[in-house]
Amino acid sequence: MTAATPAGRPASDARRAGRLVYLAVVGLLCAWVLVPIYFLLVNTLSSPEAVNNFPKAFWPEFDLASLTFFAQFAGMLKALTNSVLVAALTMVMSILIGAPAGYALSRFDFPGKAAFRLLVMLTRAFPLPLLALPLAVMFIQTGLDDTIFGLALVHTTLALPFAVLITFSLFSGIPIELEESAWTLGCTRLSAFIKVVLPLILPGITASAIFAFVISWNEVFAAAVLTIENRTLTAFLLQNLDTSPLHLKFAGGFILVVPALVFIFAVRKYLFAMWGIANR
Amino acid sequence: MAEIRITYAAKTFGTYTALSDINLTVADQEFMVLLGASGCGKTTLLRIIAGLETASEGEVWIGGRRVDHLPPRERGIAMVFQNYAVFPHLTVFENIGFGLRMKKLPQAEVRERVERTAALMHIEGLLGRYSGELSGGQRQRVAVARALAMEPDVILMDEPLSNLDALLRLEMRAELKGVLAASRTTAIYVTHDQVEAMSLADRISVMHGGRIVQAAAPIEVYRNPAAEFVAGFIGNPPMNFLPATTAGAGVWTVAGVPMAGPTADRATLKFAIRPEDLRPADQGLQATAKVVEPLGAHLLVTCDVAGHLFRAVLDSDLVVRPGDVLTLAPLPERIRWFDPDTTLAIA
Repeated sequence: MTAATPAGRPASDARRAGRLVYLAVVGLLCAWVLVPIYFLLVNTLSSPEAVNNFPKAFWPEFDLASLTFFAQFAGMLKALTNSVLVAALTMVMSILIGAPAGYALSRFDFPGKAAFRLLVMLTRAFPLPLLALPLAVMFIQTGLDDTIFGLALVHTTLALPFAVLITFSLFSGIPIELEESAWTLGCTRLSAFIKVVLPLILPGITASAIFAFVISWNEVFAAAVLTIENRTLTAFLLQNLDTSPLHLKFAGGFILVVPALVFIFAVRKYLFAMWGIANR
Repeated sequence: MAEIRITYAAKTFGTYTALSDINLTVADQEFMVLLGASGCGKTTLLRIIAGLETASEGEVWIGGRRVDHLPPRERGIAMVFQNYAVFPHLTVFENIGFGLRMKKLPQAEVRERVERTAALMHIEGLLGRYSGELSGGQRQRVAVARALAMEPDVILMDEPLSNLDALLRLEMRAELKGVLAASRTTAIYVTHDQVEAMSLADRISVMHGGRIVQAAAPIEVYRNPAAEFVAGFIGNPPMNFLPATTAGAGVWTVAGVPMAGPTADRATLKFAIRPEDLRPADQGLQATAKVVEPLGAHLLVTCDVAGHLFRAVLDSDLVVRPGDVLTLAPLPERIRWFDPDTTLAIA
């Protein structure tokens, strides 16, 4: 027989070991994300008594008492409404500003183009705590303090780099020949955009909008600093973190996490494309 | 009237000169081919005519109107792009009818024109499909049908056949020629394939380095190339060149053989003859065969003539082996002479 067998064994052992490590790491990362969500789910769907007991159950009782308590808690629904309003406003503004920027970046060459792209990315480099106090002062001076619009402005700034980047990659995926073809067939620049480009990028723009919504929905710090009466849900929960009962916190966390999870899952294809992964 | 006239046009992109000194006239209903290698400026010129680029200098006239300040939709043109640019979110019917709808034509006329043009391009069965469901050849037909349905004054085509496989290209070439001749539209066609140019054109404009080197009928460009570049670009295999030294008035020595040539006040000239214009004879150029390719229809022999590469296309019945020395006589009326300094032809 050949002498290949003893030489082959160490290689396949190494490969097997490597595969085990790979699986362990993947398992660990999934657990890191899924276990807290699992606990959230279990405790949300349990009665308030079960939540406060020890040891904890591993299976939810499917009791909606916690959720109803949550809904009736003073100020909770108002905070939820505020979150939705701010996120919706953020979504609209970031698309209205970000999409034309993405189009310009993909179609035109202008002086300062590279600097512009860098600057857009750099806005995310500033830690929000640094900016929060000066922002609060400025907002109080201009009367934007404690308004939905004021907070939405801040959130739009946070969401804009993503809106610009995603729309930039969307528009770059539409060959310019399609627009040029429309121009030769009787379209102006605008009607070519509406009739040819828009139908093709609509799913992507929707994904970009949803992503902006989620960024605003999850945002805690600016919401906590810049609002007092009109708190969003994140700020509200933060405010009540010490004093609220346990089952309330779980229910609140559940309400916060699940929509964001669902939305991001729905638009994952476009986020992957933005980050360069092909996932068909 | 859809005559096209371009006068003294030039185009620079920053420091790069894409086109210079372009003067071109295309007669009404003429099929003009812009032929050249990649980067010679032919697509830039087509896009300037279409209105997708603006010339840095010069004027563009279509049908007696000056159009260089007009957008593409007001020039009376229709364009077929190299990658077809068929709209993926519309059906074939909606694609072909797109320009007609933009013109706000009545629905009945849109339907009639779309169906007629689709029948012309043999795609009447595909009207309900989307471009993702079509093959490359079918998409190309949709692109052509979409341009023809507009009934434009001028149809512009940017290498429409270059993305098709060889057999399909052959079929589509013949079809295109028939369809465009029947539609009686002025056409400008860009290609790097000289066979396509020879087969389709009423006139060919050979372009090189941003200039038009020669604009003439295909057979004229083939028989009487105006410059060495044209002689080497047209024809497969290309023209042979040999240096010639003067041996008296009107007589030149080419590879040791005296040939009758033009009277020129020069010491050297370039002698040129096409491979298929050579015949085995008793007197002529001494060619040592290096490679013999029996191509079926004829015999392609790559030879050495006085140290120069020389090709001959001979009858397929001839028996030639590498190392054989052939005596090849050029057909006198097919010999061409070029000035070695300017590379231009000498009459």
